[in-house]
Amino acid sequence: MGNIVLKQVVKRFGEAEVIPPLDLEINDGEFVVFVGPSGCGKSTLLRLIAGLEDVTEGTIEIDGKEVTYAPPAQRGLAMVFQSYALYPHMSVRKNIAFPLKMAGVAQEEIDKKVEHAASILNLANYIDKRPGNLSGGQRQRVAIGRAIVREPSAFLFDEPLSNLDASLRVNMRQEITDLHRELDTTMVYVTHDQVEAMTMADKIVVLHAGVIEQVGSPLELYREPRNRFVAGFIGSPKMNFIEGPAAEKHKAHSIGVRPEHFEVVKKGGDFKGVVLSAEHLGSDTFLRVKMDDGQEILARGSGDVVVNYGDTVALKVEGKIYKFDDQGLAI
Amino acid sequence: MATDHSKRLARWMLAPSVVALLIWMIVPLAATIYYSLFRYNIQRPDTFEFWGFKNYSYFVTDPAFWISLMNTSLIVFGVIIISIVGGTLLGILMNKEFYGRGIARLMVIGPFFIMPSVAALIWKHMFMNSENGLFAIMSKLVGAEPILFLNDYPLASIIVIVAWQWLAFATLILLTALQSLDQEQMEAAEMDGASALSRFRYLTVPHLMRPITIIILIETIFLLAIFAEIFVTTSGGPGNASTNLPWIIYKVGRQSFDAGGAAAGGIIAVVFANIFAIILMKVLGKNLDG
Ligand SMILES: Nc1ncnc2c1ncn2[C@@H]1O[C@H](COP(=O)(O)OP(=O)(O)OP(=O)(O)O)[C@@H](O)[C@H]1O
Ligand SMILES: [Mg+2]
Repeated sequence: MGNIVLKQVVKRFGEAEVIPPLDLEINDGEFVVFVGPSGCGKSTLLRLIAGLEDVTEGTIEIDGKEVTYAPPAQRGLAMVFQSYALYPHMSVRKNIAFPLKMAGVAQEEIDKKVEHAASILNLANYIDKRPGNLSGGQRQRVAIGRAIVREPSAFLFDEPLSNLDASLRVNMRQEITDLHRELDTTMVYVTHDQVEAMTMADKIVVLHAGVIEQVGSPLELYREPRNRFVAGFIGSPKMNFIEGPAAEKHKAHSIGVRPEHFEVVKKGGDFKGVVLSAEHLGSDTFLRVKMDDGQEILARGSGDVVVNYGDTVALKVEGKIYKFDDQGLAI
Repeated sequence: MATDHSKRLARWMLAPSVVALLIWMIVPLAATIYYSLFRYNIQRPDTFEFWGFKNYSYFVTDPAFWISLMNTSLIVFGVIIISIVGGTLLGILMNKEFYGRGIARLMVIGPFFIMPSVAALIWKHMFMNSENGLFAIMSKLVGAEPILFLNDYPLASIIVIVAWQWLAFATLILLTALQSLDQEQMEAAEMDGASALSRFRYLTVPHLMRPITIIILIETIFLLAIFAEIFVTTSGGPGNASTNLPWIIYKVGRQSFDAGGAAAGGIIAVVFANIFAIILMKVLGKNLDG
């Protein structure tokens, strides 16, 4: 079980309201990702669920039980911190065993569970080392190991991969996804990286200044963003927003087109402009195009498009045109 | 910085100061050893003669010597225990958010900046005086006989006076160490179901082991040589009840004018301090590595 429900949860630090009233439901077994720009309150929200911060108003339920004022240990959740928060004076084995020891589990049972976690996460080679002697990726695994031995009803991750280098991050991302499939336990994962969100999540929660902008599956958010913020945040490279006459033609305040939905054409097309830069990656070509009215567009063409700086190109939209009103809401 | 060239250069540049330090150390030590082997009373220089180890045997067979060794150790252990236990508790308290914390912190570390003789006088007259001391007044208030601290519990009184000053030092060091304790680790432990006591035992205490070791080493150096506090309060008495090693050397040298005996006592004190230091490093040294 690992069903988490937030009802009208508010968090203030003194005067500052970091989370305005917020409702959220996380279902058992789901992989939920909180994503949003830095400072939008992702960590705060996660810490409220964990019980590391007090809720100012509202209630939190886990598996149907109200836990709004329950101490962290009684919520049955396990957390993996950004800094890993391993205990520096204990070996890896003792680190992983710590929650079991605190719960008064028999030593035999502890040994068995630690062995099991170590084998799942390939920790055996450094199980008797101190955290100080491990690499970032290894520490990450130990932190996850310490979380899984408790068999929590849900895992909470706060930007667990942000201290790793790019290639390791891709590997760990895959490992965490695999782990989720294997354990089939609820996971709540915080990141500001929309690629992580898209690749890992069953359900993405997009946060902006403490407000939930949209909740949905990765493809729902990609295809049907509710507003300009979500449209701009999900998808990489970022969606192009175009205002002015081109938008009015679609009876919108602004329109959005994803870079991958442009096609570079010989003549005709929907937009025309001068190439500011052309990046030939082989597989794709990224073009930065300045239109006559001064607005810039980023377009992704196929690898065999041959254009250079200063060329004039025409772009045709082959895909959805997103329309937004003057409030930024999708029409 | 670690090429052979730079190391060689560093050795050459260090050489003059190493030599100066050696002379600085060896000349007084040699002079002390020299005098400790002679019968030499300052008031009767005419009796100056070679005595071999007689000064040493006189010194060691004096019953006051063994008492003083005991008292020296008691002062060292007593003050260290009080300052570390008290310093940890005060440090934890001072590390919490509360109104007026800045001033409270200043007051806690204040005693460290008071000179030992002044501190001892403050305690002797303002707290422990059997007529007008604060403790006497408090005893009278509850209708009890005032305790004659410096008479009845001389060594304990001195330990308290010295601990008062070193408690400030220990608190300062431990507070700084506590501030560098990672809060996320504490939160992780909280989520792992560790009670406040378990968190203290498994996270705070290991984290404090290195500063505690440093406190013990520094305090030991100073506590072996406690003198001013005894000088202004008990003068080593009553009897020899509060006599420590520095005090007995002082007595032999200044009150009996026996320079040879005092020199022998000085050498014994050096040996004693070294034994102490070796034991400490054996027991605590591992806390200082990475
Ligand atoms: N203990 C605190 N006291 C006061 N303000 C706080 C506290 N913790 C967080 N905040 C504020 O709450 C807001 C949200 O912080 P939070 O750490 O949740 O952001 P975040 O989304 O996790 O950002 P990041 O991606 O940088 O980690 C920030 O504006 C921050 O300044
Ligand atoms: Mg954060």
